[in-house]
Amino acid sequence: MSQEPQHLMSYTKLASVLFALLILTGVTVGVSYIDMGIYNVPVALGIACFKVSLVLLFFMHLKYEGRAIIVSFLSTVCFLAIMISFTFWDVAFR
Amino acid sequence: MSETTSFFNTPSPPQLKGIWAWLLTQDHKRLAVMYLWAVMFWFGIAITIGFLIRIELMSIGPTIMGPDLYNAAFTLHGVIMIFLFVIPGIPAIFGNFILPIQIGADDVFFPKLNLLSWYLYMAGGIMALVSLFTGGGFPDTGWTFYVPFSISTSHNVPLTVLAAFTLGMSSMLTGLNFITTVHRMRIKEMGWMQIPLFTWALYATAWVQLLATPVISITLLLIIFERLFSIGLFDPDKGGDPLLYQHLFWMYSHPAVYVMILPGMGVISEIIPTFSRKAIFGYKAIVYSSMGIAIAGSLVWAHHMYTSGMSDTAIFVFSLLTFLVAIPTAVKVFSWVGTMYKASIEMTPPLLYAMVFIYLFSVGGLTGLVLGAAGTDIHVHDTHFVVAHFHFTMFGGTGFAFFAALHYWWPKMFGIMYDFKRAYIAATLATVGFMFHYVPMFILGMMGMPRRYYDYLPQFSQGNLFAGIGGILLFIGIMLMLINLLLSFRKQEKAVANPWGGVTLEWSIPSPPPLHNFVAPPTVQDYPYDFSNVLQKAAAQHSSVNTEQKESE
Repeated sequence: MSQEPQHLMSYTKLASVLFALLILTGVTVGVSYIDMGIYNVPVALGIACFKVSLVLLFFMHLKYEGRAIIVSFLSTVCFLAIMISFTFWDVAFR
Repeated sequence: MSETTSFFNTPSPPQLKGIWAWLLTQDHKRLAVMYLWAVMFWFGIAITIGFLIRIELMSIGPTIMGPDLYNAAFTLHGVIMIFLFVIPGIPAIFGNFILPIQIGADDVFFPKLNLLSWYLYMAGGIMALVSLFTGGGFPDTGWTFYVPFSISTSHNVPLTVLAAFTLGMSSMLTGLNFITTVHRMRIKEMGWMQIPLFTWALYATAWVQLLATPVISITLLLIIFERLFSIGLFDPDKGGDPLLYQHLFWMYSHPAVYVMILPGMGVISEIIPTFSRKAIFGYKAIVYSSMGIAIAGSLVWAHHMYTSGMSDTAIFVFSLLTFLVAIPTAVKVFSWVGTMYKASIEMTPPLLYAMVFIYLFSVGGLTGLVLGAAGTDIHVHDTHFVVAHFHFTMFGGTGFAFFAALHYWWPKMFGIMYDFKRAYIAATLATVGFMFHYVPMFILGMMGMPRRYYDYLPQFSQGNLFAGIGGILLFIGIMLMLINLLLSFRKQEKAVANPWGGVTLEWSIPSPPPLHNFVAPPTVQDYPYDFSNVLQKAAAQHSSVNTEQKESE
């Protein structure tokens, strides 16, 4: 198979992502001290998802991959989302 | 002619010799053969344990084992059969051997990862074996490792769970390899709708393996954490939720049922057209139904939990979804039968096994609807009805498909042919034994006999006696089948490259194949099951025989 072109990222970009991740970790800790009722967990999960997306897109180069890889990745996310949400047919109606 | 030297005589990498040429091989065909012997070893053990369980149940009271040993026996039978035979059987052996050839490739995309998968499989098997003789004794939880029992029993659960975890890893890496191989190694001329159905089935399976296996892997690790550190994830005494375990367990283990059956369906989709000498009916419908089963089958896990105390809403939703899976499954059965309609059928051992598969699997599928409907399930839940149902699907389905695959690709893998007469006798014995073994279990289940019970009430004795007799017949049939295949090594009756008149690419290369599979560039047909050349050749042979006969007259 022919060698695929490699994508190199600048240190500035990588450092920016790292900085964003650290800031978001601080935000996660910060919001845990605020009482938002039932919204505490969704907010924490939302921030965590955003952080995961940054890691996948930039550190794991998903942003620069072909269509097959992106579709594969999105299907795994959908699968996980369906699995978790379907569990709530039970948990939410007990 | 060096190009046609078989892979048995060509080490890969080339510098390896002797046993190392096997233990460090990166050739997909050698790995398939290594998987074959390993899987058959475990199958032999598991079927013997199953046989002993059935002998124990043939009469009331203790006969050959006590209750503790009985608990361990059905756990081991389940764990070994599921994780070491049924899940890896067809993909690891026939998938590894046939998939790259069917798509015109010379190997899988990650040959080293393939070797690692084999080592993980062996490591998992060894761990399962070690777990029997260490810790607190034989694991006795059943193959489902249900909490809270699995976190409280003193028996050696952690190592068995770790074995299942390792085997899951092996299965996942094989799945990853197959997906990548189909995408990246497929010959350029082969479009998606020209891929043989066995490869399609493995592709759909690989996605389920890749997506669902991590769920069980994490769940099994959580059991170990809970046992070691008393975390309280599943144990209600510590604030945990035992139903959460069941959800997580079945999120993998129900899709795993399709990991077990889809490759089997792929095998049948190859065998039926080959021996019908006819294009498969509804090629695209079978492809879409494979993907449909993979997707819909992943959404029905909680139908194992109707009596666990789940919400009524969940019971309704999961029951509805369960019925949806029946549709793509029925599409396949209809297509196989439709292919045989008005076909030029040639009876061979693989076809006989395939036909038995269709019948047994259909019974298994239909009785699955009894269990999928919440109302009826409550009556037969955890009875012998369930045992009969899943053996009809997993053994009558996947098991018989595995036997069919063995007989179909045996000449290709080893270049030798087995004895047909013995193969027919073995298949008949196994089928008759199967029916006598499992049909009484349906009745016992309807009568209320629970599963996993060491002893039973007098009203169940007749059914258990019948089931025992059937079990003995089944065991003899399978042993005869295996002996017949092994005897082919002694007889060494050479098989030609295409003994069945198959049209997929594996039949266009020598038997056994050379190291790089193709001695000449493969030619892809517009339609993967186009038998016009085979029929023309047969007609030409027929007319030449007729001419010779007339001349001799």
